[in-house]
Amino acid sequence: MMVKFPYTEKVLEHFRNPRNVGKIENPDGKAIEGSPACGDMVAVYLKVDEGTRRITDIKFESYGCASNIATGSIITELAKGKTLEEAKKITWKEAADALGGLPPIKAHCSVLAVEGLRAAIRDYEERHGLTQAREPTTVDVIKHRLKHVMNPLTGLDVVRADLIRDVEVKDGKVRIVVDLASSHQFANAIREDIKEKIEPLWDVKTIEIEFAG
Amino acid sequence: MERDLIYLDNAASTRMDERVLGAMKPYMLDIYAVATSEFGYSIGIEAREALDEARRTIAIRLGAAPEEVVFTSGSTESSNLAVKGVAMALAEKKGRHVIVSAIEDFPVINSAKALERQGFEVTYIPVDGEGFVDLNELEDSIRPDTVLVSIQHANQEIGTVQDIATVAEVCRKKGVPFHTDATHTFMRLDLDVDRIGLDLVTVSAHTLHGPKGIGALYIRKDTPLVKQLDGGFQEFNKRAGIENIPGAVGFAHAVGLVTKDETRKLMAMRDHLIDRVLKEIPNTTLNGHRTRRLPQNANITFHLVEGESITLHLDMRGFAVSTGSACFSRSLEASHVIRAIGGDHERAHGSVRFTFGRYNEPGDVDAVVDAIAEVVAELRKISPLGPEK
Repeated sequence: MMVKFPYTEKVLEHFRNPRNVGKIENPDGKAIEGSPACGDMVAVYLKVDEGTRRITDIKFESYGCASNIATGSIITELAKGKTLEEAKKITWKEAADALGGLPPIKAHCSVLAVEGLRAAIRDYEERHGLTQAREPTTVDVIKHRLKHVMNPLTGLDVVRADLIRDVEVKDGKVRIVVDLASSHQFANAIREDIKEKIEPLWDVKTIEIEFAG
Repeated sequence: MERDLIYLDNAASTRMDERVLGAMKPYMLDIYAVATSEFGYSIGIEAREALDEARRTIAIRLGAAPEEVVFTSGSTESSNLAVKGVAMALAEKKGRHVIVSAIEDFPVINSAKALERQGFEVTYIPVDGEGFVDLNELEDSIRPDTVLVSIQHANQEIGTVQDIATVAEVCRKKGVPFHTDATHTFMRLDLDVDRIGLDLVTVSAHTLHGPKGIGALYIRKDTPLVKQLDGGFQEFNKRAGIENIPGAVGFAHAVGLVTKDETRKLMAMRDHLIDRVLKEIPNTTLNGHRTRRLPQNANITFHLVEGESITLHLDMRGFAVSTGSACFSRSLEASHVIRAIGGDHERAHGSVRFTFGRYNEPGDVDAVVDAIAEVVAELRKISPLGPEK
């Protein structure tokens, strides 16, 4: 029988032998990101040189599917040795390209690893007083965050897929209107994903998500 | 690359038995005519006789009359015909309410949803932690305008076998037609339509080492039903289209090859797998009931790890299994069955289904348990939820 796997050789290789797996004792930065849409989780741990702000060591753990594990693995390779500013800019697309491509439906399992890295860097910056003054949440901030909510059908984020009909922000109350029927196959997955992305914003008190397709 | 495959996804589909292929071949190469009436030409009459004979074979196994068996393209079509066909036939006369269980397979669930879009009301009967339909709730849900109850015989994922005799009794008492999807139980469990009291039954060949693309629907005489595929007057004017005679012959032949001994062998493999996994691999949960389950089905959650990762690792080692994890499904949704039995996302995430068939040997069980023990241990090592290292 011919062996035919749904992933590139590179993905399979990183899945079979993931690099930089595990925890770092007393990390300088760490984060655990989870996707309520598919249930995957990824943890990222950093050691950072305080002088150069370079990532000297990075490890990850995954409770996820093959593309989640492979992306976690490749992201640690891409980030190691980079400065925090450089590492922050690594995109999901770069990670996916480094793996020789990923199926679109797997986008949101694998984007988690990228988010995990950024969150770990943010954690480092917060602990070391490197964060700028907290900016208030605006419609643009919300839209920026929504770019990390994927439509599982296409692998496109909901902003690019033109599924966000309206965003309102007023006195810590966020209201988002999604251009999908509430009976849509992925409505619940997308609702949970949006909440997950918006809730951590420091000045957001309530989130209202309306499906109006 | 060549390799040996240990195939443990027989609920999805089975390898066809060569003997079935042999029985079908003449009906593709020699007797290829359509089934004609007795006034047709001889090759058509021969085709007709083969079709009738196949129908008789299926009917006997169901305890039905041949004219109550309609051949279809498989389970999906059978369940569509049953659910939509009966609902549409009774909509004007009786009402627009249909009852299904929450854990039906997609043909029934999505036929029910299609009816909802056409103005029907559907009640989804919940199940308990082992997947058994709440029979009291079922009885309470039947209303004067209820036109159909559809409760599966056994579940496609967790293997739970429903008490369809009691469901049938309730339906009969209330005068509501009862459909059961027996895709996974036909020829494996007792399925006598009169003794149990069934009005419509979905069966399929591809789960029994028969061909894909052929199934049947048992329709009790005088059950109101609106035809769903329009065309000619084939299949007692209940299903149009040129009859799939090679398929029907193959289906009947496949049915004749199933034995009680074989089913017992499948059950022994199932039990051996469940016993070994629960005993040897920590942090595992059996999904479904320990004994009131399909003879060929085991479904276990391996906590702290994700199912698609397990299946891919097993695939690379030469085993085919499936999982209820969202990452594996085409809809990216965690198994609706595991969620309906009260399982959280995590339980579906690490669930793996093993289903046995004719070409499995007892040694396959030990091989897959050994492999999965290693795979799960490796994946737990890299899991942030894993035990302290």
